[in-house]
Amino acid sequence: LFKEVIRSRWFGPLIVIFLILFVLPSFIPRFYTYILALIYVTALLAMSLNLVVGHGGMFQFHHGVFYGVGAYTVALMLKKTSLPMWTGFIAGPILAAIVGLIIGWFCVRLTRLYFGMLQISLGSLIWVIVFRWYNLTGGDDGIPGIPVPPILSSLNNSYYFILIIIVICLIIMYLILKSPFGNTLLAIRDNPQRCEAIGINVRRHQLIAIVIATFFAGIAGVLFVVLERSVFADLLFWTLSLEIFIMCLLGGWFTFIGPVLGAAIIVALRTFVGIFTEYWTLILGIVLILTIFFLPEGVMGFFQELFKPRHIETAEGGHR
Amino acid sequence: VDFSAFMSQFLVGLSRAMILFVVCAGLSFVLGVLRVPNIAHGSLYMIGAFATFTLSKLIGGSAGFWIALIVAPLLVALVSLIAERGLFCHLYQREHLMLLLFTFAISLILGDLVKIVWGAEYRSVSAPDFLKGTIPLFAASLPRYNLFLLIIGPLVAIALWLFTNKTKIGKISRAAAVDREMVGVLGINVSWVFAIAFVVGCYLAGVGGALVAPTASIIIGMDHSLIIEAFLIVTIGGLGNMWGAMVGSLIFGVSQSLGVLIWPQFAIVFPYLAVVIVLLLRPQGLLKAVW
Repeated sequence: LFKEVIRSRWFGPLIVIFLILFVLPSFIPRFYTYILALIYVTALLAMSLNLVVGHGGMFQFHHGVFYGVGAYTVALMLKKTSLPMWTGFIAGPILAAIVGLIIGWFCVRLTRLYFGMLQISLGSLIWVIVFRWYNLTGGDDGIPGIPVPPILSSLNNSYYFILIIIVICLIIMYLILKSPFGNTLLAIRDNPQRCEAIGINVRRHQLIAIVIATFFAGIAGVLFVVLERSVFADLLFWTLSLEIFIMCLLGGWFTFIGPVLGAAIIVALRTFVGIFTEYWTLILGIVLILTIFFLPEGVMGFFQELFKPRHIETAEGGHR
Repeated sequence: VDFSAFMSQFLVGLSRAMILFVVCAGLSFVLGVLRVPNIAHGSLYMIGAFATFTLSKLIGGSAGFWIALIVAPLLVALVSLIAERGLFCHLYQREHLMLLLFTFAISLILGDLVKIVWGAEYRSVSAPDFLKGTIPLFAASLPRYNLFLLIIGPLVAIALWLFTNKTKIGKISRAAAVDREMVGVLGINVSWVFAIAFVVGCYLAGVGGALVAPTASIIIGMDHSLIIEAFLIVTIGGLGNMWGAMVGSLIFGVSQSLGVLIWPQFAIVFPYLAVVIVLLLRPQGLLKAVW
């Protein structure tokens, strides 16, 4: 199974990038280490959304909910129970996937905009519960000061932990997309009617994709807690979900690695623009408009277009 | 729960539903004609509310509110006209998802512009003297302003119905909603039809913002909490259907205010539950969708 990964032409450069990222914290200030880790977490979230949006063609409008459920699960388990530390880390993604299964089970009955609207209403239900249930979730104050396992207490250690988990997740996602299941998902995105006609259970495939994506979103939520040691209700608000959407669009949602790039751009922009001005969303809006007008395929898509002609030439040369 | 408490909650919910209706009718109209899920609609509503605050403060007195009620929506319409001619009209060929994200971008920009112009403090507008106080109605005492809303809502519905059914431009925009290419073939400038439909829809957002101003505190972020409700209402009513927007608003507003009686802490859960139930029973909305 892993041959697929190793054979990919990006394997060499990726290993180099990974090694660079791995040694980087020793050379850069703490602040940048933190920003990098935040980029990884956000990137995993954007990748998980892109599984259903870019590759599945579903209007997953409220992905942030699953991120929030994962984060809140681990936060509550670490803060309020005396179970072994690591159980929360496992429970987070699983609960996110269960919520994803329940919400997805309803959503896959509908299509397109109705799918998205139903998901927003179901997601908002969960947001409202988190937002209002002061006794359990702390309401809009969130939960500060979550005790993480001692091994993750230093920033560098949590950086390494996050990086390793993210790489594993990305490899698994890549394998899923290259598997027959991934190809079926692409086929469903491009023509659901035809897939139905040739005997593919469209709804079941979509539901499985949603569960997988929400599981990864839950992992991102857990990693968020590892990094930030606090959670707040805004994680489940719909504006965050659309922000993740923007990352996928900006990076290029028909590419595998695009959302990572989109997340990196957005997080970096927010951090460094935020230093100069409090009007960050104004900048985000302008970036988004420019993307829609000039880079409808996203940054990665743009580069792929750029390099495409050369590919066709070599292919033709091969035929001759 | 005694009857008068129930009745007063019911009437308050009904009047809140009227504000929702005015906003959602505009959203639904734009959605029906242009096929644009306009997230910036909420921001225009917020601009309407803030403009009402400034205007009524500038002019002062009871007249201030009435003038603001007329002028603020026109300002909102102007903003929307600029946005439409400047940006939107180049994008109608794109898919829905792109348009949705594009309007989100506009809403982000407008949201920050409001913050730059008006700041992040709470603002409030007082209703004109004539609409202050309460009147007894059906064993309950209802604030006069809410009664005013209960009258204005149906008036807006009738006006919009007359516009779409009795005026030429309304009929053309309805035709464009069904088949825009055919309308273009008939020699009608579809681009301007869209512009007018968009501005009319956004004007209603401004009216909603002006109407809500005396009943709620005006604050940054009111756009985000409203637009999601508006989208859900339009969806359960049937996309693009004005009467659907009315039905959806009633369900949303009344279920929220009655939820206060049942479980105050989680009152806000009830309208979302109602939406979920409706969508599960009738996925395409209660009334016939335009598309």
